Order: sequence, then C-alpha cells, then structure tokens
Amino acid sequence: MANIKDLTQIDERLEAGHRLCPGCGASIAVRQVLMAAGDTPVVTGCATGCLEVSTTLFPYTAWNTPFIHNAFENAASTMSGVEAAYKAMKRSGQIPQDKEIKFITFGGDGGTYDIGLQALSGAMERGHDMVYVCYDNGAYMNTGIERSGATPFGAWTTTSEVGEVLHGKVQRSKDLTSIMAAHHIPYVAQASVSHWQDLVTKAEKAIRYEGPAFLNILAPCPRGWRHPSQSTISIAKLGVDTNYWPLFEVDHGVWTLKDPKRPKPLDEFLKAQGRFKHLFKPGMEEVRQEMQAMVDEQMEYLRNRVLGSQYLVKKETQES
Amino acid sequence: MRDVKVVASSGDLMIAEAFRQIDPDVVAAYPITPQTIIVERFAKFVADGLVHTEYVQVESEHSAMSATIGASAAGARAATATASQGLAFMWEELHVASGMRLPIVMANANRALSAPINIHGDHSDAMGSRDTGWIMLFAENAQEAYDNTILAFKIAEHPEVRLPVMSCLDGFVTSHALERCEINDDQDVKDFVGPNKPQNALLDTDNPVSHGMFANLGNVYMEVKYAERLAMENSLPIIKNIGDEWEQVCGRPFAPINTFGLEDAEKVVVIIGSAAGNFRAKARELRAQGEKVGVIGVRLFRPFPYQELAEALSKAKAVAVLDRADSFGSREAPLCLEVKSALYDAENRPLVRNYVYGLGGADVTMELCQKVFEDLDDLMNNKKPAREVSYVGGRSKE
Repeated sequence: MANIKDLTQIDERLEAGHRLCPGCGASIAVRQVLMAAGDTPVVTGCATGCLEVSTTLFPYTAWNTPFIHNAFENAASTMSGVEAAYKAMKRSGQIPQDKEIKFITFGGDGGTYDIGLQALSGAMERGHDMVYVCYDNGAYMNTGIERSGATPFGAWTTTSEVGEVLHGKVQRSKDLTSIMAAHHIPYVAQASVSHWQDLVTKAEKAIRYEGPAFLNILAPCPRGWRHPSQSTISIAKLGVDTNYWPLFEVDHGVWTLKDPKRPKPLDEFLKAQGRFKHLFKPGMEEVRQEMQAMVDEQMEYLRNRVLGSQYLVKKETQES
Repeated sequence: MRDVKVVASSGDLMIAEAFRQIDPDVVAAYPITPQTIIVERFAKFVADGLVHTEYVQVESEHSAMSATIGASAAGARAATATASQGLAFMWEELHVASGMRLPIVMANANRALSAPINIHGDHSDAMGSRDTGWIMLFAENAQEAYDNTILAFKIAEHPEVRLPVMSCLDGFVTSHALERCEINDDQDVKDFVGPNKPQNALLDTDNPVSHGMFANLGNVYMEVKYAERLAMENSLPIIKNIGDEWEQVCGRPFAPINTFGLEDAEKVVVIIGSAAGNFRAKARELRAQGEKVGVIGVRLFRPFPYQELAEALSKAKAVAVLDRADSFGSREAPLCLEVKSALYDAENRPLVRNYVYGLGGADVTMELCQKVFEDLDDLMNNKKPAREVSYVGGRSKE
C-alpha cells in the first residue's frame, strides 16, 4: 500500500507550471496516478480537453514523460497503437528485451463516457497492456460546462439548464465503471482524488498488472461544480462519504467495495456545490429524495456484485 | 536483381504481398469492402509467422488510423488499409497524421461513398481526402498497386518528406480482378525500402517529447501548415527519384503521369486509375486508323505534377478530362480543376472538356471511350457542350 513518505521521493512527471485552474481535480488525479508508476518508464497520453490544452501549450509541455495527444475520442486507440509498437519493436530487437515501458492515457468524462467510449471499449477488449484513466468531473468543462453522460441527475450545466420547466439534467449518469468491468479485463477501479492512498494503491495495481486496466477517478471542477478552489478535496471526500462516488475495485473479477457504516446524507455533497443550488429551493425536496434513492440503489447493486463474485474468492482460496 | 515471381494476382493481394515483404511493425486495420482482402491475407501472414508485425484488429476505421498514428509516433513503421466509408470515417485523423508529419502508409481501395450505398469503385472517397495533406498515388493495375505501395514507404519515411502516403487502387476492377503480376524478391524489397529510422519516438523514454501539442500561441499553427505545404511541394522530385531507384531494381518505370501517344496527339484523354487502360485500347484502335489521339493516366495526384502535365499537353488541341468523382458546386470535377490549373500558365492552352464517369462502378465501355474522342472532334470544331461537366455512362443523359 502506498505511503506518503515514499511518494514524496518520486519525481513529478506532470510538472508545475501547467495552466490548469487552481483546485483542478484533473491534475491531482494525474499526479497521483503517475506517482504509482514509481520510476518505471511510462508513455502518457490524453484526450482533447482541459488536461490537454493546459499542459501542452506549444512550445511548453508539463509532461516529463513521452506524451501523445491525438484527438478527442481516441486516446485509447492511440495509446493502443503505441503499445502495439512497443510489442513489435521489442520482438524485432529494435527495443531491448529488458526495456520495460508502461502505457497510461487520460481522458475526461466527455472523452471517455461519451465520444471515446467505442475506442476505449475496443482497446480494452483487445487486451493491450495499458491503463486508461478517466478523470470524471461530470461535464464538458473545457468547452464551457456542458452536460455529458457522466453528469449526475439534477445537476445544472450550460446544456442542462435550470428553468421554469426543467431543473437540471433529466437523465441519470451511466455507470461506466461497471461497463468497463463487463469487459473482464484484469483490473477496474473507482477512486477519488480525496483518498490518495486508495487511489495510488489502485493505480499501482492497474499499472503493474499485465493487460488492460481502467480507473475512474472523481475529480471535482471548481468552475463547473461552482465551489471555491480550496474545496476540491473536501467535496470529493463528501462524494465518497455520501456514497455518491463509491470506492470499489474489480480485481480479476473479484469485486471489493468500501461500504461506509454510516454514510452521510447525499444533501451534504449537493449543498456544497452551486450546480445543485436550485435543488434547495422550496418544492425541490422530491428531486433530492430521488437522487438519494439512486445513490442507495447503486450501493445495493455494488454490494450484490461483491457477493456475486465471492465464488471467485472461494475458488482461489481452494486452489491455493 | 534476384528472382522475380510471376503470378496471377489481384491488387489487394499484391498490396498484402508488399506489406508482407516490408514487414511493418504495426498494422492496425478494420474490414471494409473492397479493401478487406488486404487485411485478411495479411492476417494469414501474421498467423503463419511470416511477419513480426503487431496486428491490431481495431473496432473502427477511426481507431485504425488513431492506432496507426500512435504506433508511428511511437517510432514504429506503421500501415493500414481502408476504403470508402472507412476513409470518410478517418477524415479527422487523416489531418492529424499529416499534421504530425508521420510517415504512415495506407492502401485505399477506391469505392463510392453513401448515400445511396454502393460498394463498387469510384474515386469519391480519395478525392474527398485530397486536401488532408497526404501524398496520393493511384494505381492503374495490380502491378502498380504493388509498386506504389513499396514506393509509399520509402517516400513517406524520406527525412525531407515525412508525410503519410495513400496508395489507391480502383475497387474491384483493380482490387479483385486477377492479372499477370510480378513479385520481386523479398530481400530486394527490404533492401530497397531500408531500415525504419524513427524520429522523436515516444518509445525513446530517455528523451521524452510531447506529440500533438496545442498550437494556440502566436502564429505557430500557420508555421506548421506552411512547413507542410513546403514538404508536399518539395516531395515531387524526391518521389520521382525514388521511382527511378525502384525501376533500377525491378525494371518497371515510374512516372507521375503515364503517357500514350503524346508525341503527336491532338486529342488527349486525361484520367486516373484503371479506366486509363480502356481509353488506351480505344486510342490504339483510333491511331491505327490515323487519328492523332493520346491518353494520360495520372499516377501521382498529390503533389499534383502540374509541370509534367502541361508539358505532356504542349501539342494537344482538345483535352477530355475524365473524373471518377464529382465536386458538387464546383464548375468542374477534381481532376479537371487540376488540369486546367496546370494549363493556365502553359503556352499551349488546349480546349478542355470535363466528364464524370464510372460513379458507383458504372461500366466504362468501348462505346463510352469512342464517344469521348468523338466529342473532342466537336470541341475542335467549335461545338460547345451543353454543360460544363458531362455525365457519361450509366443511365444518365448528358
């Protein structure tokens, strides 16, 4: 398990001086994931989005690793090509046999849940040895806070407006982490920038395991969520403590869930953010209740996934 | 020169052979008619261990080009193949490949674009990508498809070029029909193409570089695009040299345009791809009757060989430009625009007529060829056509 003393010894691979906003969850997520790689050489990449425009403004780059950005929807397929090149060039002797390189690519929720889902699914199915990391801030923040497939039900965005008739996003977000688990890849996990030890430990596994891995990381956006810059971590923590963002992993088919004994009411997560402030006006209690019910239902679903995969744990115990 | 194998083969199979001989590090591809034979045959080469290639069976053409871009940026020699809708689906990525100056090679088995859906050959797909910064070679037959594909790797990877190259062949007529073909010795091909020399490779982790950066400050974007224009312009003599080098190996000449009867031709057809053969057959027949006719088959479309074309047409009086794609809203179809552009500065400016033919695989008959040459007589006698662009063949009337 990751410890803070060791992590401080690791050189930063996303250097200071990038142009992401103060309090941006994306850069925190990237730094924590890259710390998990230790000193293993990595090739990184990312989809078009805040992370890309803010870290690669020519002639400056914040990436102290080889890095590639291609377009919005294809971070996964682009990195799959890089990984394929590594395999082939190792095979032909163009790269030394003992040269280990790991491949990590990042995308926001727009580039992952929506436009990049096909490329991601394809890359995971093909079994490339790569880690795909989604920094989920629940909207298209780079273009101006438009709703995505990850935007929670009820949230205000610039394309899920609040008005006389509508009260924010009408649909609930999709459960991308479960979708990725359904690819039966070695490792899938959900983490939050607020729980660094959990995140770095999960990222270590994702990077270490041979084959594809997927991490979905809650990464608050002060601009889009409408909260002060200094509240990023505390709000992410509320996301976990209220079960809005359950921390779980699927390690070779075995589901493990962090299930708080006394979760906080979802309202505490909602009221900390301006994007939900319309839900605290009179007459909106029902919407908030509905949101609480969705969170409870998802936790119940995850508990059952944990139970459902217990047979794998038993099988493993018997075999060993 | 070592042994040359003479075989009955198709354009697709010949391209697969070229891929096998060159043995790229990465091939990422997705099936689409009429290109599929290339990736199917190549899959067999992979299964038989005849290549070291990492073969990435992607879930779409967009990912095919994305993965090829990733592989090429990583430092690998990377190739793919597509057609029609697949090429259209890649459009965004075609610009990325050339903008990042990646020496990718792609075979494209030219096919009509939807709607209506049609799987037969025409050039709508390739012509739709003519401004994407790719060098574009067109084959007249399966042999040229093979030769162009071998040339493509060497052209793309030339340090002063560093642009992706598209090796086009007509869907079905060239991609599927069997012809007499020559396959050169594996080692001759490997020696000709030479070793892969990566530049700024992602896999060189000791020297980290960022690819695909955000060029939003100052006029960097403009500078990058200007560099692309220069690289494309300067590639023409390099392409010709590489073509000559290949002729030294294989004995088959390469020129940006193939000419027939141009020493004295007054009436000339300019055309791309397999139908050049139809017109040459008709021209041969007419020349036997004493008519001064000729045919130009354009093999290199990007960069366009303006000077070569103007010189070839220096004695022509009337020219028919045959396009297998249209450019709606333009006065002429794509090839004709280039031909007229080539003639603008020329001393001899012959009369020019533009035809669109063979869309969706519509037959190119001897009657059609005859009609086009007859029309040129009318043109020389000052009879103007009813329309700037005439559709010939199929059920369409002029």
